[in-house]
Amino acid sequence: MSGDMTHDEGHGSVAVEQEHGHGVVAENPFADPGLPEHQPRLTDIDEKVARKSERIVAGLFILSALATIAFMVCYTEVPNNTATIVDFFPIGAISASNFALGLTLGVALFSMGAGAIYWARTLMTDVELPQERHLLESTPEDKAVAAAEFQQGLEDSAWKQRPLIRRTLIGAMAVLPLPALWILRDLGPLPGTTQRQTAWTAGELIINDNSISLDGTQGSGIKPEDLQVGTLVSASPAAVLTAGDNAVNMMTMSAILLVRMNPADIKSQQEIDWGYEGIVAFSKICTHVGCPVQLYEQQTHHMLCPCHQSTFDLSDNGRVVFGPAARSLPQLPITVNADGYLVAKAGFDQPVGPSFWERG
Amino acid sequence: MSTSTSNEEIVPTTLGGKASDYLDQRLGIAGAAKKNLRKIFPDHWSFMLGEVCLYSFIILLLSGIFLTLFFTPSMGEVTYNGSYTPLDGIKMSEAYASTLNISFDVRGGLLMRQIHHWAALVFVMGIMVHMLRIFFTGAFRKPRELNWLIGFTLFVLALLEGFAGYSLPDDLLSGTGLRIMQGIILSIPIVGTYLSYFFFGGLFPGHVLIPRLFTVHILLVPGIILALITAHLILVFYQKHTQWAGPGRTNENVVGLPLMPVYMAKAGGFFFVVFGFIALLGGLVSINPIWDYGPYVPTQITAGSQPDFYIGFFEGALRMMPNWEINAWGHTLSLNILIPAVVVPGILFTGLAIYPFFEAWVTGDKREHHILDRPRNMPTRTAIGVAGIVFYGIGWINGGNDLVATHFNLSVETITWVDRVLIFVGPVFGFWLTRRICFGLQRRDRDKVLHGRESGIITRSPEGQFSEIHTPLPQGDLHKLTAHDVHRPLTLTEVTDSNGVPAPKLRLAKLRARATRWYFGERVEKPTEEEYRQAISSGHH
Repeated sequence: MSGDMTHDEGHGSVAVEQEHGHGVVAENPFADPGLPEHQPRLTDIDEKVARKSERIVAGLFILSALATIAFMVCYTEVPNNTATIVDFFPIGAISASNFALGLTLGVALFSMGAGAIYWARTLMTDVELPQERHLLESTPEDKAVAAAEFQQGLEDSAWKQRPLIRRTLIGAMAVLPLPALWILRDLGPLPGTTQRQTAWTAGELIINDNSISLDGTQGSGIKPEDLQVGTLVSASPAAVLTAGDNAVNMMTMSAILLVRMNPADIKSQQEIDWGYEGIVAFSKICTHVGCPVQLYEQQTHHMLCPCHQSTFDLSDNGRVVFGPAARSLPQLPITVNADGYLVAKAGFDQPVGPSFWERG
Repeated sequence: MSTSTSNEEIVPTTLGGKASDYLDQRLGIAGAAKKNLRKIFPDHWSFMLGEVCLYSFIILLLSGIFLTLFFTPSMGEVTYNGSYTPLDGIKMSEAYASTLNISFDVRGGLLMRQIHHWAALVFVMGIMVHMLRIFFTGAFRKPRELNWLIGFTLFVLALLEGFAGYSLPDDLLSGTGLRIMQGIILSIPIVGTYLSYFFFGGLFPGHVLIPRLFTVHILLVPGIILALITAHLILVFYQKHTQWAGPGRTNENVVGLPLMPVYMAKAGGFFFVVFGFIALLGGLVSINPIWDYGPYVPTQITAGSQPDFYIGFFEGALRMMPNWEINAWGHTLSLNILIPAVVVPGILFTGLAIYPFFEAWVTGDKREHHILDRPRNMPTRTAIGVAGIVFYGIGWINGGNDLVATHFNLSVETITWVDRVLIFVGPVFGFWLTRRICFGLQRRDRDKVLHGRESGIITRSPEGQFSEIHTPLPQGDLHKLTAHDVHRPLTLTEVTDSNGVPAPKLRLAKLRARATRWYFGERVEKPTEEEYRQAISSGHH
């Protein structure tokens, strides 16, 4: 470290100011020399250069006007449909209408701006001028006058002599904003226990999501023999088919995944018992912040949530093996009904999805 | 009859002159024009960053108004039969269907959507870079602390506004973002579940969210932003712009070019340049192709889901956090969500907001500052800024840990663990390194002042010794390189400046003395006049 570095631990080193009697350089060598002299630009001294600048600026303005007209022409003349595209490196395929409109609008605006800036830089003054800056603080006299005026106003109102008015006013003002909160009460219903409920009850038919019709009212159940070992199916309770407007909310709470594993791969006896011949059902809603889990690794039986990479082991009670989720994926006990379709044996034994304060 | 008066009446002859005279007789505008038309603004490239934010906001307003003419803010379900055939017959919300309509059937609609989205990204990015410029140059110091707070509020509102707008099209990606937001709201202790039910009108996703967000996005937040930008600019105008040190530039003046015509042309022209640039982006570079994502269905998701860049830090923090959760007395406290989504951003943003006041407390500096600091001359502040950037950056990168994993063939677990370590180690290292670099740069400035610039001319002395001639700096440069203050740590007596200080205040005073030592204990002194004279008389080496 060179000697110019100062290190101290709070003793407040004193910069030594030495007085020199016999003058070497009398004045301060670091003094402000004042604004440097203006250096003229070529356009300031050579009219030919200035005229060239003028032509460039005018050219940019003309280009802008032409592009503006081109924009209006392109609006009607370039067809706006998914079949008419332009495709070139490195931009890739893009709607021709969008391309033409964006290009002409961009050129119209850009050259307008470039012209103005070029004008300012070459032909307008570049002589720097100083302007005085006054400190913002008021003079002591002004402050005193302002304080006196305020005091006078206070006295004229009898604010100090009438504490009853003062206190009741402050109190009333304090409660007055509360209705603004009150009136927001009907923004939504109280949670009650809805955050704990799903549509799953004993005997509820499991519907294959892929079989649900476009209008959402038809869907078919799943038989165990439909599922090979290693298959993954997204499924919903049959109740969503008749839920109407409420279907999306219901699916958000009740979506499940069915996976068929080799029963020998399943590490937990309870998981085997809650499944059916190696078919197990888990909530599809991540216990972290509620994204649907979706990425399944067949060999390890790991299920990954694409949002924050929480990873659950579906062969071990849906245990968390990595990531920010704190709780296992809840398992839904299943069985088959008299027709041979997979149904819920019971509802979930715990709330599904993200944690909440009342969950416990 | 003629009566001569001392102040002669000016009779306007031109149309413009008549119009201004008409206005002046009613509004007295000549007074304001006299003061402001030739107002001086200093020139530096970094002063345009704030302009970028202002202009992109205007572009957002213009393109946004166009979009509201065609967008339907409704979660009502419709079956799509529009011109984008891959989604033909699919059930979707009216919001999503109308966004498809804007993208495919309204001429110029896609362009406006893409301009709107690009402008939003430029707006937020511009605010971030502008804020960093203000931070690293100390432009937030007295008297501009209040404007820093206004700017900070604008930053927070811009994030909120961006998220709300991103959520409106109701596509699969934006719906997933809302689901994550709902999970975060649920994690708030005591009131979280209630807030979520009030916000979404019941269970997620409900039927009311899009119209509510629409009002927030097009009226409430932009209205506040517009008001605050106005206040921000009025303060810039009133307090006058800061400037860099240099010959002729002092704390009591502002040196630059006049508003009319130079800045009218430059700033006005720059608006069109920014607009043109964003229009070209909107025309040529596809952004947020919502038709590729499909409508939002809460049970579907795509791999590699990514938010807009400004949400990346929060996303990364969520991904990074270990899975801690406390269950006790019948309640659940989700630290795994609360810490990364609420506590850490809360600390980071509070720190950002109060930094000017903290630094003023540390330095004890009560003067007005209109000359900017070069970042190297305030090493500790600069290092704090860099540490903050590193912290934010690591979180941001972790927000794309899955994409890093697939692009570089790494395991997502490894990346997450590396980031978990780096988010603590990185800022400390960045802090240390930045201070070293600042001290080094300060020493180089000092050498330049004392020994001049290397001329590149090598001479050989009669004794055969080679040496390089150093040319002394012109006085303007000498002044510029020595114009800054070298702060010193405050001693305990300076902090308290009296004897009988009560104990709690004494503890605070000790803390303050320690903080100033941390800031200024190690420093590079400016060359003194004496040193300069000695260096000169010993012959520029």
